Amino acid sequence: MKEQLEQIKSSALASLEAASTSAALEDLRVKLLGKKGALTAVLKQMGKLSPEERPVMGQLANSVRASIEEKLEQRKAAINAAALEAKLAAEAIDVTIPGDEVSLGHQHPMNQVLQQIKDIFVGLGYQVVDGPEVELASYNFTRLNIEEGHPSRDRSDTFYFTDDNSVLLRTQTSPMQIRYMENHTPPLCMLAPGRVFRKDEADATHSPMFHQIEGLVVDENITMGDLKGALITMMRKIYGEESVMRFRPHHFPFTEPSCEMDMQCHKCHGTGEIDGQVCSTCHGEGWIELLGAGMVHPEVLRNCGIDPEKYSGFAFGMGLERMAMGRLKINDLRLIFDNDVRFLNQF
Amino acid sequence: MKLNRKWLNEEFVDLSHVSDKEFVETLTLFGQKVETYERMDAQIKNVVVGKVVSIVRHQNSDHMWVCQVDVGQEEPVQIVTGAQNVHEGDLVPTAVHNSWLPGGVHITKGKLRGEQSNGMLCSFAELGLTQNDLPGAYADGIWILNDEDCKPGDDINLVIGNDDTVVDFEITNNRPDCYSIIGLAREAAAAFGKEMKHHEPVVKGSDAGDIYSYLDVEVPAVQLCNRYSSRMVANVKVGPSPKWLRQRLRANGVRPINNIVDITNYVMLEYGQPMHAFDYRYVSSGKIVVREAEEGETLVTLDGNVRNLKAGMLVIADDNKPIGLAGIMGGENSEIVDDTTMVVFESANFNGTSIRQTALALGMRTEASGKFEKNLDPMMTIPAVQRACELVELLDCGDVLGGAIDVINHVPEEKSLPLECDKINRLLGTNISREEMVRYLTLLEIPVEGDTIHIPSFRPDLNLMADIAEEIGRSYGYNEIPTTAFKTSTQGGYSADMKLETKAGVLCRSLGYSEIITYSFVSPTVFDQIRLNADSPLRNALKIQNPLGEDTSIMRTIALPSMLEILSRNNAYHNKAVKLYELAKIYLPVPGQALPEEPKMLLLGTYGTDETFFTLKGELEAIFASLRLKKSGYTAVTDNPSYHPGRCARITIDGADVGVMGQVHPLVAKNYGMDMDVYCAEINFTKLLDGLLPDVTYTPLPKYPTVWRDLSLICGEETTVAQIEDVITAAAGKLLRSVKLFDIYRGAGVPQGKKSMAFTLELRADDRTLTDSDSEAVTAKVLTALKERLDTVLR
Repeated sequence: MKEQLEQIKSSALASLEAASTSAALEDLRVKLLGKKGALTAVLKQMGKLSPEERPVMGQLANSVRASIEEKLEQRKAAINAAALEAKLAAEAIDVTIPGDEVSLGHQHPMNQVLQQIKDIFVGLGYQVVDGPEVELASYNFTRLNIEEGHPSRDRSDTFYFTDDNSVLLRTQTSPMQIRYMENHTPPLCMLAPGRVFRKDEADATHSPMFHQIEGLVVDENITMGDLKGALITMMRKIYGEESVMRFRPHHFPFTEPSCEMDMQCHKCHGTGEIDGQVCSTCHGEGWIELLGAGMVHPEVLRNCGIDPEKYSGFAFGMGLERMAMGRLKINDLRLIFDNDVRFLNQF
Repeated sequence: MKLNRKWLNEEFVDLSHVSDKEFVETLTLFGQKVETYERMDAQIKNVVVGKVVSIVRHQNSDHMWVCQVDVGQEEPVQIVTGAQNVHEGDLVPTAVHNSWLPGGVHITKGKLRGEQSNGMLCSFAELGLTQNDLPGAYADGIWILNDEDCKPGDDINLVIGNDDTVVDFEITNNRPDCYSIIGLAREAAAAFGKEMKHHEPVVKGSDAGDIYSYLDVEVPAVQLCNRYSSRMVANVKVGPSPKWLRQRLRANGVRPINNIVDITNYVMLEYGQPMHAFDYRYVSSGKIVVREAEEGETLVTLDGNVRNLKAGMLVIADDNKPIGLAGIMGGENSEIVDDTTMVVFESANFNGTSIRQTALALGMRTEASGKFEKNLDPMMTIPAVQRACELVELLDCGDVLGGAIDVINHVPEEKSLPLECDKINRLLGTNISREEMVRYLTLLEIPVEGDTIHIPSFRPDLNLMADIAEEIGRSYGYNEIPTTAFKTSTQGGYSADMKLETKAGVLCRSLGYSEIITYSFVSPTVFDQIRLNADSPLRNALKIQNPLGEDTSIMRTIALPSMLEILSRNNAYHNKAVKLYELAKIYLPVPGQALPEEPKMLLLGTYGTDETFFTLKGELEAIFASLRLKKSGYTAVTDNPSYHPGRCARITIDGADVGVMGQVHPLVAKNYGMDMDVYCAEINFTKLLDGLLPDVTYTPLPKYPTVWRDLSLICGEETTVAQIEDVITAAAGKLLRSVKLFDIYRGAGVPQGKKSMAFTLELRADDRTLTDSDSEAVTAKVLTALKERLDTVLR
């Protein structure tokens, strides 16, 4: 019997080793360990043994069973692993095939620049506001100290809706200064971006509709030094901390003193030329005009019910198109309003 | 406004030691921005005075000459010329080898018919001059310099007077005084901290009588003419002006004509006061009347054009006809000509707005009108006319008559302001001493007496403390003002609608839509293009009275045409599969109100092979859900003329109308040149703000399992998904959590005229696990209701 068991074991281990599929393994398991299996058949003869032999043979039979079971598991794992490997190998792909296309839309480049500017100003404490584009002449001109007969009021410059020139398309975002001051008391800090309209034929640098960004700060003891500090801070956030700025006196009817702010050309560093050629970025001027600004005219404050003896403030305005075109190197204003997706999708 | 530096240095303030770059930068930072500047000799290089030592016929030519020319060097140079007016001993402009002439002409040595030529002899035209600049010079040959004060080897630029820089200033509207050499000289002197030289014109007079015996001036147009000053000159000898005067005019871009006209132009440059000279012979009855034109009157102006005048235009007339268009241009009928012997000088001050509007109406902006429209100083008329008479005497071209006629209607009152040093420093954020402020103002020729600032008449822009602060600030230097940071106590942020706009933009882009920006004004034809009904209230649009053109003449009341136009343009560019969005204002007139309402619309527009009604609808649902809006609803619209009658839906949020979506009507698409399916949605974005859900809070996750029940139904072809959903929702009771369509089928197994629609029902209880009988009860109720209400049965 012992020989029988040894025989079963060695032949079982050999055939298990040879089996190469899980089906073959299952067949062997039934043949070896099943109710009608070889080992069971041997064990059925146990009754014929002497009481002394029985435990010895029992032990041996169990160890043979354990060896077979162990081998069975081992082979099963090996075959599964090989099968998985084969499956994975078959599933290999060309990872350089492009991914399924997900087309995302693009924000209009002008609004990308505007969004950036708005975020900067909000961080500095400015409330962003919107206002009417069809506007009263009193807001667009009169209350901003732009008198009757001023050239900017001409029908050759401004679009009008009424015979008496009282309703128009706003030519600047400055009326928002008046609207905001009418409805808020100082301290106030406002940013009003929006569309403005002037009677210019569309060409590479003109458009009958364009965008401005207006800013206004009014509080007690605001000085021209504060205006300079605020504008330098903001413009450096937009154009880079290393930017060099300067202020020039200028004239606007609704600010006094008034100024314009220039940034030193970053291409020629203010020299106006590169390798003996006129700098194409600043056209040889060495400086790039950024915006107009000034201390709010006392009359304008008074027009809005704010006491100029107690409060002072500053205002500034800049052209968005010019800014966006400069930053994105767009050379023709008409592209902005043409809305060709081949243009839009570049940004 | 141009300024040549030599004139400034010679007459007013000597800044010849200052480089052009420093001059320009200093003036710019002082508030007189320089637009451009140019050395007048920049274009001419290596052209010198040459003396013709010998001249012989060219051997191989019957019209050319071979000259030996002394150009101030050891050996003369040989130059071949084709000109016939050169003689031995003549001084001539000589462009030597490697020289440059105006217009980028480069002269190098070469051979002309076998003879070496080391340069070129020049005519004055080749040096950029005209006969007006050189009245006596021979025009059809070489410019002969024998009468000029020069010698061989001299730079021709010195002979021409090109040793000068012309600086062009951008003058701001508030500074009419700076439209003059004197005004700019005042600024330049102050900018460099120097005192300026002043010249008081002195007229010696003559024994030729006085003006009052010849001339009478009436000014009935009191409102349009502030002042009219005139003097007269007899025994006039019209001829060319001297070289110095011609050169100054040329440097400032004014063409010399004759001494009398040149004098008026010279005074206009120097004082900024436009002047005019009339030939007294043609001033009928010796009478000048400054009046408004009568409708239909005509005048031939100096440029030879017939001007049809309108009532209200200001003219200078004699007793029966206009002889000049006030402040703009004189009349041909009283022009100064060669045999003029008696001249009336006009030095007047006209209403700027009137001059500007007349010039605009007649399309003839002139140097003079450009100055008048800035509202000049009325106190300038007399010094200017005095200067003109002084120049007549200096040029010895006539006898100035005694006396002057000066009609004064409006002159400014004398103004003064207190010098408020503390307020000025507080506004500027500076600490400038009183002495320093007084020094600045004095340099600007604004006198200060004690604490009183006397505002000169040439500075009408100075009216209050802030104006004085600007003068102090720019004198001190804007860039010297210490930069400070004020503390804001305000909270920055966006309004609710702006936040929602930003969010909507992000959503649209994430769905593949790119943003466009379109004009607010459109053509009135767009209403027909989108097939809007003739009686549609949207046709009532604000009309621009003075549009650029018909196609931008009304304010849009609907944004669809703008979107269609851009889609169409992209189609024309052969851009395939385009998805666009815009947040666009529309302008809706409100009866009884001056200003319209300006709601913002969200427009989506798309074409391309993958686009259908349902892709667009799905995108809209995603946008609404992500914006956290209340429940959206869609109902079929068959009568919107811009859309496909079977593929258009009205959109509601929480029952309120917010817009429309669908396939654009093929006829409309065709009107925009598109033959493919185009889909658009127009959402009133402003109204969406009312449909926002309250702020979101956490809902506990379900404790008990969900049971899914699929119902495959057979219903009539006309039955809609919304009808079935409504019936299921009403019948199922509170166990139903959602109902969702997952299939629509027509064909085998479904009777003709019917369709099969399959829905998934999500059932759940909050307090127990549902049993089979629970879900069967719900299904039974639903099926009963569907049968009764919609004749719809289980498939």
